[in-house]
Amino acid sequence: MKEELVEKYFRPGRLPHLWCPGCGHGIITGAIVQAIDQEGWSKDDVAIISGIGCSSRASGYLDFNTANTLHGRALPIASGLKMANPKLHVIVVSGDGDCTAIGGNHLIHAARRNIDLTLVVFNNSIYGMTGGQYSPMTPVGSKATTAPYMTIEEDFDLPSLAQAAGATYTARATTYHTQLLIDVIKKGMEHKGFSLIEAVSACPTNFGRQNKMGAPALMMDWQRQHGVPLAAWNKMTEEQRAGKFPIGVLSERTDRKEYTEAYDEVIARAQAAL
Amino acid sequence: MGKVLLMQGNSAVVEGAISAGVRFYGGYPITPSTEIAEGMAKRLPEVGGKFMQTEDELAGMGAVIGASLAGVKGMTATSGPGFSLKQEMLGLACSAEIPCVVVDVQRVGPATGQPTSPSQGDVMQTRWGTHGDHWVIVVSPTSVPECFDLTRRAVELSETYRCPVILLMDEIVGHMRERIELPESYDDLPKFPRKVPSCAPEDYLAYRDVDGTKVPPMAPFGSGYRWHVSGLVHDETGFPKGTPSATRTSQDRLRTKLTDRLDDIIMTESYRMEDAEYAVISYGGAARTAYDAVDAAREQGIKVGLFRPVTIWPFAEKEIAGLSSKVKGILVHELNCGQYFLEVERAVHGKIPVTLYAKYDNESASPEEMLEEIKKMTGGAQA
Ligand SMILES: Cc1ncc(C[n+]2csc(CCOP(=O)(O)OP(=O)(O)O)c2C)c(N)n1
Repeated sequence: MKEELVEKYFRPGRLPHLWCPGCGHGIITGAIVQAIDQEGWSKDDVAIISGIGCSSRASGYLDFNTANTLHGRALPIASGLKMANPKLHVIVVSGDGDCTAIGGNHLIHAARRNIDLTLVVFNNSIYGMTGGQYSPMTPVGSKATTAPYMTIEEDFDLPSLAQAAGATYTARATTYHTQLLIDVIKKGMEHKGFSLIEAVSACPTNFGRQNKMGAPALMMDWQRQHGVPLAAWNKMTEEQRAGKFPIGVLSERTDRKEYTEAYDEVIARAQAAL
Repeated sequence: MGKVLLMQGNSAVVEGAISAGVRFYGGYPITPSTEIAEGMAKRLPEVGGKFMQTEDELAGMGAVIGASLAGVKGMTATSGPGFSLKQEMLGLACSAEIPCVVVDVQRVGPATGQPTSPSQGDVMQTRWGTHGDHWVIVVSPTSVPECFDLTRRAVELSETYRCPVILLMDEIVGHMRERIELPESYDDLPKFPRKVPSCAPEDYLAYRDVDGTKVPPMAPFGSGYRWHVSGLVHDETGFPKGTPSATRTSQDRLRTKLTDRLDDIIMTESYRMEDAEYAVISYGGAARTAYDAVDAAREQGIKVGLFRPVTIWPFAEKEIAGLSSKVKGILVHELNCGQYFLEVERAVHGKIPVTLYAKYDNESASPEEMLEEIKKMTGGAQA
């Protein structure tokens, strides 16, 4: 990332960050900043609300209106903020555990309401902050500190989950596919309604080591090999798809009303009845 | 001259909130608090405010915190089971100093308990429910007009001291209908504006005490003052800092910003206490029985009065300790097995007998029953 972007968007004195060498979270944070920069938004008009986890620490490094809240609870707080000030661009940063385990209920309801938030889920397939326990997005058959004999739970397909719940924009990219990551975050921010971007990240310390993934560079290479651009994915057979996942914009629809706009109609109806 | 209405306590809370400038509500319905959610759903959009029925009580409380960050006054209401769910968020509001009002209309507990029956079993939970040392303000109304007034006061206290304020109600005051006089218009009532920074944005430190009140000014998100909210122990910058000295400094300010101002925060009522030789201490819905019982005792020549804490927490330590040098005995009446009683005992410190009249059987006490308890305390003493 360009030095001037660091200077412009990162808080002076807050670096170095707490992420381990080889962690993908910095790449995703950088992608968010580059997407915001391309939008040209004023820093005063952007809020970054995060939960708790390694990923959620991103909010503290960034020079916007920021909050590092509670584990799993960023979406409700972001929803109240957006309702109170719909002009703010509200971006939510969450981890795979934060978003889909403890915060899973909030996720489906924020998606169902179609409130105009951009949710970026840093998916490193593990609970990083607490040292390597399995999350609902740990691939089945993986090792974790709480699954020494391998996980038996199926993992979520997060964009599909969000889409089914009513999210009007879903996308996925990886920290290897950086340009795509910036693009899909930017499109999500432009989308009016609830957007979910799954950003596949690498946790060499707590996932890679337990699962013998090799050096951080090899974990990036794993992303290159397993993340398949949607156009190619659509031409693949079920057998070819096994173990892989599509990347790109996975769904987008404009037929549903955005929540804060729909609420303005509630206000109009209430006041017309006075 | 205002309008005279027959109104339920829960509805008076709604009107109190609207009149004080609350413009956001997030919550999940639960008996006996539901009328507050229903009332806010109707009234808020009429005044340009917003209501959200959230997926659960955690989200309701979270949304209120989010709205408050944008500078919009927020409120949520619930009862025991939902109040338990809100505890973690309550701690975030304490730690990050985010003003908000939380109404707990108590039911009998634990668990689902008895939804439509009166109880005051959450008294200690309001004080110690969220984990960690923390300080909150809790106020408890006894009548429908007081539901209106104390909701307004709760908003004022939360904005003044940058902390969550709990309006502790019970099924009696929540569901009871009573006469209330409300102003025709709320326009002229105070709206308790939040203290905002006057320095340049680049000089703003979100948790710095700039005026000696120990309550830092709070800039709304989006107002050009970019700051960081964290539930981690933080220093005056708002960024995490967990050193022993930073932790102590932060804890001390969070505590003393309230304990320095007890004269403003602690509200009490004394009824027929001027010449009293004995005192009943009771609060919230339970105190309604006490007024009648005191009157009945007085008719029989027993010099007893009612001391009613309106502010439950912080505890009226000085006032109750003072009481113990004026009267010969104290009877604490509450609708639980004895929670506030423990604090009264502590403050009285064995100087005079303190007895408990506990009622925890889904019903409020009758004045006759309470008169018997008063007589037990006075030993039939008469003037
Ligand atoms: C209520 C609650 N439960 C548990 C925790 C402990 N905890 C903190 S972060 C975390 C998991 C974080 O994993 P994830 O969301 O995937 O983010 P990552 O650290 O991997 O980026 C857990 C379990 C907590 N802070 N709060």
